[in-house]
Order: sequence, then C-alpha cells, then structure tokens
Amino acid sequence: MAQPSAENRQSTSAAPDTFTQPFTRRSLLRGALMATGAIAVPSFLTACSSSSGGSGDPKTVTLGSNAAIPEPKGAYQTLFTQVQQSTGLTVNVNWVDHNTFQQNITTYLQGNPQDVFSWFAGERMQFFAAQGLLSNVDDVWAKIGANYTDAMKAQSKGADGHYYFVPFDYYPWAVYYSKSLWASKGYTAPTTWDDFIALAKKMKGDGLIPMAFTDKDGWPAMGTFDYLNMRINGYDFHIDLMRNGTKWNTPQVKAVFDQWRELIPYYSPGFLGLTWQEGAQQLLNKQAGMMVLGLDQIGTIFTGAQADDLGFFAFPEINPSYGQDAVEAPIDGFMMSRSPKNKSGAQTVLSYLGTAAAQQTWLGSNPADIATAAGVDTSKYTAPQAASVQLIQGAKHLSQFMDRDTRPDFADPVMLPAIQQFLNSPDGAAGILSNIDKQAKTIWAANG
Amino acid sequence: MTAPDRKPTERIRSRPRRLSPRDRLTLTLMAGVPTVLTVGFVWLPALLSVVLSFSSWPGIGGIDTIHWIGLQNYRTIFTIYPQFTPAVEHNLLWLAVFFCLPAPFGLFLAVQLDKQIRFSRLYQNVLFLPVVLSLALIGFMTELIFSPTQGLINNLTGHAGQHGMIDWLGDPKLNIWAVLVMACWRQTGYIMIMYLAGLKSVDPAMKEAAALDGANQWQTFRHVVWPALRSINVVVLVITVIESLRAFDIVYVVNKGTNGLQLLSVLVTDNIIGEASRIGFGSALATILLLISMVFIVPYLITVFRKDQRG
Repeated sequence: MAQPSAENRQSTSAAPDTFTQPFTRRSLLRGALMATGAIAVPSFLTACSSSSGGSGDPKTVTLGSNAAIPEPKGAYQTLFTQVQQSTGLTVNVNWVDHNTFQQNITTYLQGNPQDVFSWFAGERMQFFAAQGLLSNVDDVWAKIGANYTDAMKAQSKGADGHYYFVPFDYYPWAVYYSKSLWASKGYTAPTTWDDFIALAKKMKGDGLIPMAFTDKDGWPAMGTFDYLNMRINGYDFHIDLMRNGTKWNTPQVKAVFDQWRELIPYYSPGFLGLTWQEGAQQLLNKQAGMMVLGLDQIGTIFTGAQADDLGFFAFPEINPSYGQDAVEAPIDGFMMSRSPKNKSGAQTVLSYLGTAAAQQTWLGSNPADIATAAGVDTSKYTAPQAASVQLIQGAKHLSQFMDRDTRPDFADPVMLPAIQQFLNSPDGAAGILSNIDKQAKTIWAANG
Repeated sequence: MTAPDRKPTERIRSRPRRLSPRDRLTLTLMAGVPTVLTVGFVWLPALLSVVLSFSSWPGIGGIDTIHWIGLQNYRTIFTIYPQFTPAVEHNLLWLAVFFCLPAPFGLFLAVQLDKQIRFSRLYQNVLFLPVVLSLALIGFMTELIFSPTQGLINNLTGHAGQHGMIDWLGDPKLNIWAVLVMACWRQTGYIMIMYLAGLKSVDPAMKEAAALDGANQWQTFRHVVWPALRSINVVVLVITVIESLRAFDIVYVVNKGTNGLQLLSVLVTDNIIGEASRIGFGSALATILLLISMVFIVPYLITVFRKDQRG
C-alpha cells in the first residue's frame, strides 16, 4: 500500500501521487490479466521509459529512478554526468515518482525494467531477490568490496549469500531536537529511559510539547516501535520478529507496547491527524522539545542556516543488556534487473556508484543523508551529518526500518493500521497483538 | 429498423425483409464490439477475480505459482481482519448519509431553483461547482479545512492550539464525518442537477392547471410534480448507491483510508496494489464488494426490465 517509506522526501506536498492510484476495477483487471498469463502488460512505469526502444546499445545503461522531484533529481543528474566522464557510459534515466515506483515495483520488475534501478536494503531487497526478479551483483562487489564495512556487506546480500544490492546513501533514526532551544532551557540529552521520561515531564512543565509525534501517514510510528523493541528485547529478537513473524503474541512484544504507553501522554495533541512535516515544524518552531525521526526527513526541514541547529541523541537505553547497541539506519541503493540489456555496462555503472567519489558528488547537494562507502571527505558534512556518521559507526547492529525489515505484504497492510489502532486505544494492546499474531501466521503460511 | 409506412405490415410479416450484408455487418459491429469489450474488460476480469479469491498469490511469477487455498481468504476476512468490519460499517454509513442528506436537500434546492427566482443561474452554478471537482481534489480541500493545526475551522474557532484542539482528521470518531461533510457538499450539487433536469421536463401547463384548481404549492408538488419525477428518482437512487460504494479518493487522500476512514474499496487497493500484493486476499475483498453491489443493482435491474416488458 501506501508510502511508509521512511525516505519519501517529496511527501512535503501532501500526496499528489494518489491520483495515480488505480481504482478497484483496474486492480481487478490487472489481477485478471496476470492470471491469464499476460504478465508482459506494460505497466505505465515501463511505458514511459525513454529507453524502451533501444536493445542493448553498449554505450548506454538504462536506470529506473524513484527520485523524480527536483532536489534529489538534480543531484543525481550531476552524478550521472560524472558517470559519463568517468566511465564513458551514458545513463538513460526513467524518472518516476517515489511512491508510484514503490507501489508498482512487482509489475515493473516483471515487465520491461531498466538495467539498473533504485531500491532499498533489507528484507525488502531479499524478498525480490528470492522471487528471482534480480541479477546478482557479485562481480560488482569484487571491485567495490573494499569500500564497505562488514555490516554494509551483510545488508547487501540475499538469503542465498549472493550480493544483490549496491548501497549508496543512508541515514540514522534518532531523537532530534533544536540545539538553541535546549541551550536556552538548559536541557541535556538523556541516555536512560528514566531520564528520558523525566526530561519529557520537565518540558511539559515548561509549556512545550515534549515529543513531536505524528502518525497520519502511518509509517512514522514504526520507527518508535523498532527502537523500543530493539532496546527492550535486543536486535536479534527484533529481526527474528520481523523476518519470521512468529512471536507477535508474546510477553516480550507486549512489553514494548507497555513501555510505549508511558510516552503517549507526552506526544503532540492530535498526533493521528498530523503529518510528519507538521511535527517537524513544531520542532523547528521550538514548540516541541524532541522528535523520533530519520535524518532524511528532519534534514529537509532544518535547512540552510538552521541545519547546524539540529541536534540529536540515540534512542535511550531501556534494558542494560542491550544498551544502545542498535541503530535504525535505512540504506538506499541500486540493484540490477533480472535480464539487463547492457549487463557489462550496468556492472560498470554500479561499480562506480559504489565508490566514495560518486557518493560525494551526490551528497554535495543533499545534506540529509550520508555516504555508505568509506573514504568520503567528511569535512564537507554538516554538523548533523558528521554526528550521524559517529552514531552509525558506533553501532553494533544496523536495522533498516519496519517496512524494509519485514515482508512487504505484512508491514503496510497489517502493522500500519494495527499501530494506529494501538495509539488510539493504548489499553487494547493485548487484543491488537493477538490479532497481529493471527494475521502474521496466515501471511507467512500463505505464500510458500 | 421499422418500415417507414404502416400499410405493408402484413407483407413484412409474411415475407420478412432480408437484411442486406451491409446491414448485418453494421449490426454485428454495433452489438458485437461493445459485447466483446464488456465481456473482455468487465465480466472476464470480474469472474477471474472471483476465481483468484480462492487462491494465495503474491502477483509474481506465472499461473503455476498460484496456491489454491479454498475459502481461507474469506475465513481470514471474517474472523481476523480487523479492518473489514469498520470498512463495511463506513460504506453503509456513507450510503445512509447520502440517502438522508444530499438526496432530499438536492431535491429541495432543485425545486427552489425551478421557481425562476432572481439570480437562479448564478445559484445553479455555485451549487453545481463542486461536482466539477474530482473527489481527490476535495480530499485536499478536506485537509485544508479540517487539519487540526493548520486547518481553516480550528483556526477560525480557536481550537488549533495545544489545548482544546479538535482533532478532525485523527480522531476516528470524527474524521469520517469531516469527510462525509465534504462528500455531501459535492453530492448535493450532483443530485440537484439531476432533479433540475427532471423538473424542467414537467409540463408547466400541469402546474398551472393545479394552481387554477386551487392547489397550494405543497399540494402541487405532492400530487403533480413528485409523480412526474418517478423516473428521476430511480436514477438518483442508483447514483446514490454507486457513489457510496465507489467512495475512495477522498479518504485515500486524507490518510490512505486508515484510522477511522476504512472503506471496502481502500482495502481492495491496499492488498492488491503495492510492493508485494496479496492478490488472492484482495480479490476476496473485491468479491465481497461485488456481492454487496449486486444486492442493490440486481433488484434495480429486475424492476427496469419488468417495466420494459410491460411497456
């Protein structure tokens, strides 16, 4: 379903992409056509591809990008010019709106996809790799392997041990605040849960909204769930829960919701009717004290002169045996489609995208993310970017995000409304959990 | 295809005129093309969805990757799918509200506008204007008007602050009404124009006659105009049912149809469109939606066809 992608920068403008939502009958039709085997029905993604005619021009590599809006698009265009200078290959790009790209990914990959396309790490990548819709990029990794940490390598492999993904940029989730507001009030960053709640209480006393929180879009709350679960039950439990979906109705997960209930009184009033942009504005306007969000989002609100006023601290420790060892850091990158028209060209381009030089070029105009490859000139980072690198490098485990760590047909259709339901009636957690558990079991059992 | 003059009826009956090959071709094309299109693009997909509703399929791979799981999807929907009950309730609420508010109010406005009052044209245009807007656009307007912190209403009434904020879009007990207000605003104009067209076709002589006979306005309406509107009423009835079952855009724009704005059409979309689709599950929901529409459409068709036979 809809766009719980943590990285949808363009959602600043409500949701214009919803116009492209096909209606019931069209969905039926699509399902029906697929059933009759007419799978090659060109989706409009491929239909608008500028490259559909060319069959394997050795000097051209086609690329499907989900960055159709001006900001990242401009940065990518600079990058692709650079690609041509360095490799002699022209990158022929099909720009698609972010959410539309995500929604149509299955049709896209089964149709006539570009050679290379943008996507995300984690289960979200592994799922499509397991369906045989991707080419492995082991050859590319033979060249770029040295640029990456082991954690990055692990996030780029499919379940079969082959590489399917070239990481490009990423960003952490943390608790963000306005440094100048904190300085004027004399707040200090908490490291434990008790300090965290005490700080929230103090902020409330000072007439602030302690925690800007918004969940009209549904996905922002997922970040809080991920952190609570990793802090209370540890990274391994979290990933197991996400990947296998078998332990939803357990005391461990119940504990997550119990802990969460303590935070709700400190949230923005009317948070279920607010978008993350409205919450981020509360932070920017110094109406709110702190906010759990990703740098990729908040970094687009604190821009220009305000960029360096953005401070953050790691989500506080709850269970001392896990401390703050895990960081939620969604990785964006590129993959290669099942049968690219220009395979060697695609490999060359991917190898180039996996270098610090390429990522540096792109980051030049995008201060809301950080590079995945080693060797980037960190002196060019803004203060929050530099601090993000510290945070991520100090982490023992990197999680992606709920909608990237679990099955796509579970995250949005089941978890998104379930969390909203919990936030609406926090006392009904037990019933909600047993229901999530039952749905998870049917979903994991259904598609073998 | 009737013969121009009536006399030779007998002749035609005894020796039916052969259709020329050209006529036949025309007839075949005129009847055949729409039939093929309807069957191919409406009935076949609908039937295949019903078939797919007994399966589990992520939408990836060929037919051989479809698992047939019988009634499992339906069992899941009715037992453990928490979005289903509210979606049905909201669809029915939508239907009830559309019957109770825009339909009578549209009629009321149409009757008033039909009285040749001054600026009638202007009023017509103003009231019809929302119909021109797409429901998706009305969804954006809903956000502008009802957004809790930035919306028009809360800012005008002073409820936009932290204290005493009215959460029009986030409170699941309120948001459906906010959306319905906007949907009714559009629907009223639509119904009004239908009735206005109907009223124009009522012979003014009949109204004059009624007036001469001493009938007051209400009596004229009750005994002369209303019976003449019979056929329009059927159209309005059908439109109301269709519009409430296909409601989608406005809630999808507001919050993707979650948290108090669930509708059957949204659930179908949620499950079928997306990164990994639950084609079977979504088809089962679509089948349920189909059955619900049948409950309204079949009786209507039966009445219409009966009338045709009598006529």
